[in-house]
Amino acid sequence: MLVFGFWTTKICNTRNCFNKIVLIALFSLTFHCNGFASIVCPDLKKILTKFDSPSRWFMLGKKCKVPAGARERLKEAIAISEAMSEHAQKQAARYDLLLPEDAGFLEGDEDEDTNTISQADIADAVDITSGSKYFNLHLSQFGPYRLDYSRTGRNLLVGGKKGHVACIDWQTKDLKCEMNVMETVNDVKWLHTEAMFAVAQKRWLYIYDSKGVELHCVKKFNDVLRMQFLPYHFLLATASATGFLQYLDVSIGKEVAAICTKMGRLDVMAQNPHNAVIHLGHPNGTVSLWSPNQKESLVKMLCHRGAVRSLAVDKTGTYMVTSGLDRKLKVYDIRAFKPLHSCFLPAGASCLSLSQRGLLSAATGEIVQVYQNVLGSNPVSKPYMAHRLRGQIWGLAYCPFEDVLGIGHGEGFTSMIVPGAGEPNFDALDTNPYRSHKQRQEWEVKALLEKVQPELIGLDPGQLSKVDQASFEQRHKEQIEALGFDPLAKDKFKPRTKKKGRSSAGAIEKRKRKVAHEDQRDEIRQSVQERTEREKELKEKSNEKKLGNKSTLDRFRK
Amino acid sequence: EASDFCLYWKWRHLYVPRNYDPTLHPFEVPREYTRALNATKLERVFAKPFVASLDGHRDGISCITKHAKSLSTIISGACDGEVKVWNLPRQECLRTVQAHEGFVRGICSRFCGTSFFTVGDDKTIKQWNWEAPGYGVREEPINTILGKAVFTGIDHHQREGTFVTCGQTVDIWDEQRSSPIRSFSWGVDSFSCVRYNPVETELLASCASDRSVVLYDTRESAPLRKVIMQLRSNTLCWNPMEAYYFTCANEDYNLYTYDIRHLDVPVTVHMDHVSAVLDVDYSPTGREFVSASFDKTIRIFPKDKGHSREVYHTKRMQHVICVRWSADNKYVLSGSDEMNIRLWKANASEKLGLLSAREKAATHYNKKLIEKFQHHPQVRRIARHRHLPGDILKQKRELREMREAQRRKEQNVRKHSKPGSVPLLTEKEKHVVAVVE
Repeated sequence: MLVFGFWTTKICNTRNCFNKIVLIALFSLTFHCNGFASIVCPDLKKILTKFDSPSRWFMLGKKCKVPAGARERLKEAIAISEAMSEHAQKQAARYDLLLPEDAGFLEGDEDEDTNTISQADIADAVDITSGSKYFNLHLSQFGPYRLDYSRTGRNLLVGGKKGHVACIDWQTKDLKCEMNVMETVNDVKWLHTEAMFAVAQKRWLYIYDSKGVELHCVKKFNDVLRMQFLPYHFLLATASATGFLQYLDVSIGKEVAAICTKMGRLDVMAQNPHNAVIHLGHPNGTVSLWSPNQKESLVKMLCHRGAVRSLAVDKTGTYMVTSGLDRKLKVYDIRAFKPLHSCFLPAGASCLSLSQRGLLSAATGEIVQVYQNVLGSNPVSKPYMAHRLRGQIWGLAYCPFEDVLGIGHGEGFTSMIVPGAGEPNFDALDTNPYRSHKQRQEWEVKALLEKVQPELIGLDPGQLSKVDQASFEQRHKEQIEALGFDPLAKDKFKPRTKKKGRSSAGAIEKRKRKVAHEDQRDEIRQSVQERTEREKELKEKSNEKKLGNKSTLDRFRK
Repeated sequence: EASDFCLYWKWRHLYVPRNYDPTLHPFEVPREYTRALNATKLERVFAKPFVASLDGHRDGISCITKHAKSLSTIISGACDGEVKVWNLPRQECLRTVQAHEGFVRGICSRFCGTSFFTVGDDKTIKQWNWEAPGYGVREEPINTILGKAVFTGIDHHQREGTFVTCGQTVDIWDEQRSSPIRSFSWGVDSFSCVRYNPVETELLASCASDRSVVLYDTRESAPLRKVIMQLRSNTLCWNPMEAYYFTCANEDYNLYTYDIRHLDVPVTVHMDHVSAVLDVDYSPTGREFVSASFDKTIRIFPKDKGHSREVYHTKRMQHVICVRWSADNKYVLSGSDEMNIRLWKANASEKLGLLSAREKAATHYNKKLIEKFQHHPQVRRIARHRHLPGDILKQKRELREMREAQRRKEQNVRKHSKPGSVPLLTEKEKHVVAVVE
């Protein structure tokens, strides 16, 4: 169904320009099943050569270490599960060939810098639909605007500081609801669907329907400054001016955790999409990581010499970008908590946002700059794109599956085209921008059924799949005490008594010593093998770092 | 044109582009774990194993047999000599025969499916036609054989026209003869059960009253060997998939699976019943078996595990005397003291009937999820939970305390005596007394 998929998504993306010829070609192709392979093959061959040697496939994932004294059954079980996991990863990687869309990019002429290309030029150069994605909403009356795109990227929520809240389908410019809440609006956030959104108003947290009807006024959540929604846990995390970090479960309507952070006014907040940990930035330059299960922070990192102004975490949960009052933009590796590189900005960036494909947008005053290839070990030199606005920038967000950056500022809202920002291939069963209402209903039910409990939020989301060595050892100890002997210990070697004088005491002792020496040799062999493997791994890693080898299959590596 | 346009928009929702990039699908493990937890809970919610009760006998049921060729017919014998043929889908009794005076000790059906044999307390072996006689014709056996002593069990060969009975001795009969062609005995009082091996069709095993299980080969003239245990075995059953394993149901509340090549130690000891185990039958897959016990429950054990995966009980079901696993691996039949035969599902939460492809996929997925996360404590807690009647729970606790006390005593004795003088016996080694050739 390769060709089918390719053509139909093209149609989906350019809904307004239906090509009759394309449609006819589509239906005629289905009748020529035999010719199918020949149409597809030439392209496939070209793509398949990208994956040069078969050994590439087998580099996916880390092998599990088999413990030294393992029994046959355990070794077999580990081997089987590893084989299955490898097979699954290979199959998932092979599906890459069938992805219908490609990401785009902006390339300037020989001597032209891409950051000098204006938005108006880009809008003229592309087709009408894509060009209409650059637009401005002039709303100068109600203060600087915060914004939020829904998870599917169809609906946009804007909230002005002086109380104006509106939700729009930004592609068709269809106004869903618009109201003035008559209070200061600190932040706006969509909940799990486009049916509900949360507005952090001056005193309390309000939840509204997509038609503008007030559903809830949550008085327990007071003085909320920033909000983050954790989609797979159905948790709304709020950071307040009084230093409280509170979690609200929006599916059952209960407050899951209220943590007194004791770190002052919480103004800077970001979530790590990989493990649902909340990052808070503080005026003393530290960034702290929080989970609803602990009263203290999981990690505290000193990031800047002045206050932290903004934070962003990438979707794989590996890199964190921070900007501070010391006019530095720093990139950290969060898995190892190490700084990677930092660069100097003439004015500290007040807002940061990372797109799905790793483009970083930094807003300083009235200028937005977009950087490419920030995440990685190489420092960034100059911006990819830049745009100047009128009005202090207050909010920055990338639209999920589109090449669009939304900017909320003092004069209203601007939507900017950033080629190569959005993920081109969405998964229709996860977040589908083109879903019908039936598909949305089915998705919502399934998402609620597999809602992850907040107890499972931690730094490592895959901890459940790991062996709990500590409790195994404890249970083993208890078992030994209860039984009086160790059931897993190897039986002592009892040599068989032989006839014809071969089983004298001396001969038996010799045989026992031989076996003991063999066991010793086995242990030494094992430790030497482990050491050589470790050294090989280190060598490979250092080699890779030198060459900077990256493949498309890297993200399937576990 | 317009029609093409409409066709696309009509079927648009079926075009489901996928992207398996793991960064688009975070929280793989916690989401799967949540699905596994939900699957376990739903499995418990839908666990309703009781299907039907076959009513009609006027005395306790002593034996049940399946038809050799048909899945929908079974035949049961009661303690007043009555034999009934049942149709399972309609849950009706097709035919009633007053076969014996006294208990019906055993029934077996012939491999061709045209007749069946019954033995009873009146020392006779009778062969009956499986089809009912016509209108007005009296019910008569095809053949009657008179014996010298009471016969307590019967089993038929898989392919030939021979059958074996047990009583005072184990006799092999040819259908055409009226006296046994061979008789085995080993100085034993009586035998309670005899079974042909379904795979190695010349092998036999029987349970004797001197607490032993005896193995025979019909090609030999004397029994092969026997294994003596601590308490008597009531019944035994051969594994239909693995020719060398059989399981015997013992009086000491356990079941033992033996390998005929190494009779000195049982392969597995299955412990979960709280009273004598009366009957055992294997599933046609050979992976599980069902056991009926005097403690009013039936339990399903996996063939290699020491504890049961399932227990079925009802307030109305009293001491279960016989149990059979249906040949399509889906149902379990139990006959008990209170004159009822009950039909249960072998997998309690299975949906019966034709499933759509989506339902099948969902059941497979849920089963695999439960298997993947079976060791996690929360999932294990829910999956293991079974309601037990109060008496049985109390008895279980009592037995556990007794065993703990014995183990503690043994440990103390070992601690305070010369090292090596008190040997360490595993659970398996404790129950076999001797193997005699």
